[in-house]
Amino acid sequence: MALFEAKDLHLRFGDRVVLENVSLAFEAGQLSGIMGPNGAGKTTCFNVLTGRYKPDRGQVLWQGEDITGRSPQAIARLGIARSFQLMNLFDEFSVFENIAIALPQTRARSRNMVREAYADAALVDEAHAILKRVGLAERAGDEAKSLPYGARRALEIGVALACRPKLLFLDEPTAGLGSDGRARLAELILKLKGSVTIVIIEHDMEFLFSLADRISVIHWGQVIAKGTPAALKANPWVEASNLGRLN
Amino acid sequence: MAPPRTAPTITWAMIVVWLVFASVPLWIEKVGLYQYLGVEILIFAMYALAYNLVLGHAGLPSFGHGAFVGVGAYAVGLAQFNVAANLWICLAVAVGAAAVAGALVALFISHRRGIYYALMTIAFGQIFWFVAIKAHSLTGGEDGLLKIARLPATFGMTTFDLTSNVALYYFVLVVFAAVSFLLWRIVHSPFGRVVKAIKQNETRARFVGYDVWRFKAAILVLSACLSGLAGALFSMAQTSAFPDVMSLHYSGYVVMMTLVGGGLVSFWGPVIGAAAFFLARDIIGAVTTGWMLWFGMSFVVLVLFKPEGIAGIYQSLAQRRAKTAAPVVAPTSQVR
Repeated sequence: MALFEAKDLHLRFGDRVVLENVSLAFEAGQLSGIMGPNGAGKTTCFNVLTGRYKPDRGQVLWQGEDITGRSPQAIARLGIARSFQLMNLFDEFSVFENIAIALPQTRARSRNMVREAYADAALVDEAHAILKRVGLAERAGDEAKSLPYGARRALEIGVALACRPKLLFLDEPTAGLGSDGRARLAELILKLKGSVTIVIIEHDMEFLFSLADRISVIHWGQVIAKGTPAALKANPWVEASNLGRLN
Repeated sequence: MAPPRTAPTITWAMIVVWLVFASVPLWIEKVGLYQYLGVEILIFAMYALAYNLVLGHAGLPSFGHGAFVGVGAYAVGLAQFNVAANLWICLAVAVGAAAVAGALVALFISHRRGIYYALMTIAFGQIFWFVAIKAHSLTGGEDGLLKIARLPATFGMTTFDLTSNVALYYFVLVVFAAVSFLLWRIVHSPFGRVVKAIKQNETRARFVGYDVWRFKAAILVLSACLSGLAGALFSMAQTSAFPDVMSLHYSGYVVMMTLVGGGLVSFWGPVIGAAAFFLARDIIGAVTTGWMLWFGMSFVVLVLFKPEGIAGIYQSLAQRRAKTAAPVVAPTSQVR
C-alpha cells in the first residue's frame, strides 16, 4: 500500500476542467516528482492533496484512510506538510519563531494563555536543529522579511520541516533561484531524502531527473506519463510536453 | 546560537505604568483636573488594551467593540437589580454576558478578515446599539439604566466602600493592573503567538495545523470579556448605563485611542492613547467646544506621517538616541 494515494481526482472551476482523472501514488521513503508546464494543474493538484480545495470527485488516501475533503489543518496534523511556490512566511516573526510556531510542541500548547511561549529548552533545540539543517542557523534572530530571496526559500522549507512531516510536499522549490541556489537546494533535498517521503512539483526537468525516484507528468490537468526518470527520458510525449509542444 | 525572544513576567514598563497611575489621585487636582477624569482614563485604558488584543495583536479590525462595553455596562446594573447586590457577582455576570455577546458575534464573523470583518463588526455593533435603545423595559432606552450603585468591594473580612471617586479609582486600578498583567501574559503565551502568526499569514497558519477559526473566535471572546469588564466599571463610575457607549462613534473612539497611542507597535500604546484622548477632551475642550476637530486632525496627521502613533514616535526617538550614543551592539527587536 502506498503511503499517500490519490484516486481519480476531478476538479473543475466553473466550466473549466482543471483536474481530470488524476491518480497518483507516493511510496514511503521515496522522492516523487510531479512535472509539467505552467498552468498544467500541478499546484491545483497539490491544493487538492493538502486540503485547500475539495475535489469534485475522487479520493485522497493517507495510509489507506480516506482523507478527501478534510481541512488543511486536519491534514497538516496527520503529518503532511507543504511549502508554497509563492512564499508564505510569517514575515514579522524572527526566523527562529517561524520555525518554532510550526513545531508540534507549540501546537500542543496552543491553548495555553499563561506560560511563556518558547521557554522550553527541547523546543528551542529542535528549532535550532531545523535551522541548521536548512542552513539558517546564523540568521535565527533576523526578521523573516529581511532575509534575501534564497534564504527565504530555505526558510519556506524549514517551516514545512518544523511540522515534523511524514510526507513533505514542495511546490516549485527552485522558483526564482539561480544555479547556485538550485545546487544548494538539491543538496538539502538529498539530505532529507530517505528520512522523509518527499513530493516535489517542478518544471525544471533536469533538477527533478537528478533527484526523483519516480516522476508523474501532468498536462492539461491529466497525468500523461509516469515512471522512473530513465524511462521518462525516452518518452517523446514528456519531451514535447516540457518544451511546450503539446498545445 | 541566538536565544529566542522571551518576555519577562513583569517588566519595568509595567511597574512604571502602575506606579504613575497609583500616584494620580495625589496630584490630579493640583494641576487643575479632577478625580473622576482619572477613573475615566483608567477604564478606557483597560478597554483600549482589551480592544488592541483584537486590532493590534490579531490584526482584526473591529469597529463595533462598543457593543461589548455596553453589554457589560447594562449587565452589571441588571445583575445588581435582579440577581444580587454583590460586586463580585455583578462583575462576573457582566463578564459572562459580554462573553456570550462576543461568542455570538464570533460565530458569524470568524471566517472573515480585513474589510469584510470590519463591515460585519459595524453591522453587529449597530444591532446591539439598536436593541439597547429599543428594549426600553430592559435598558431604559435612551434614558439609560439609572441608579446603579457603586457596591462595596469585600475581600474576606474587610470591605472597601467605593462611593468616593478616589476609592473607586484605586479599585479600578487594581482591576487594570490585573488585566494588563493578564494581557501581557496572553500576548507572550503559545496561544498569543499563534494569534500573532495568524495575523501575518492565515493560510500558512492553517497549513502548519492551526484551526484559524477557533483562534480568531477565541481572541474576540477574550477581548469582549475584558471590554465588558471595562463597561461594568464604567457604569459603576457613571452610576448608570447609557446606550451611547455602544454607538458607532464611541466604537470609533477606541480605535482612535489605540492608533493614536501606538497600539500597533507597542503593548502600552492604547493606554497612552486613552490618556491622550481624555486629556485632549478636557484641556482642548476647556478652550473650544470643537475639541474633537483638533483631536481628529491630530489623528489624521498621525496616521499620515506616523501611523505607529505616540509610542512609535517614542520608539524612533529612543532608537536614534541609542544609535548616536553607543553604536556597540546591533539593535534587537523586542516588544515593549
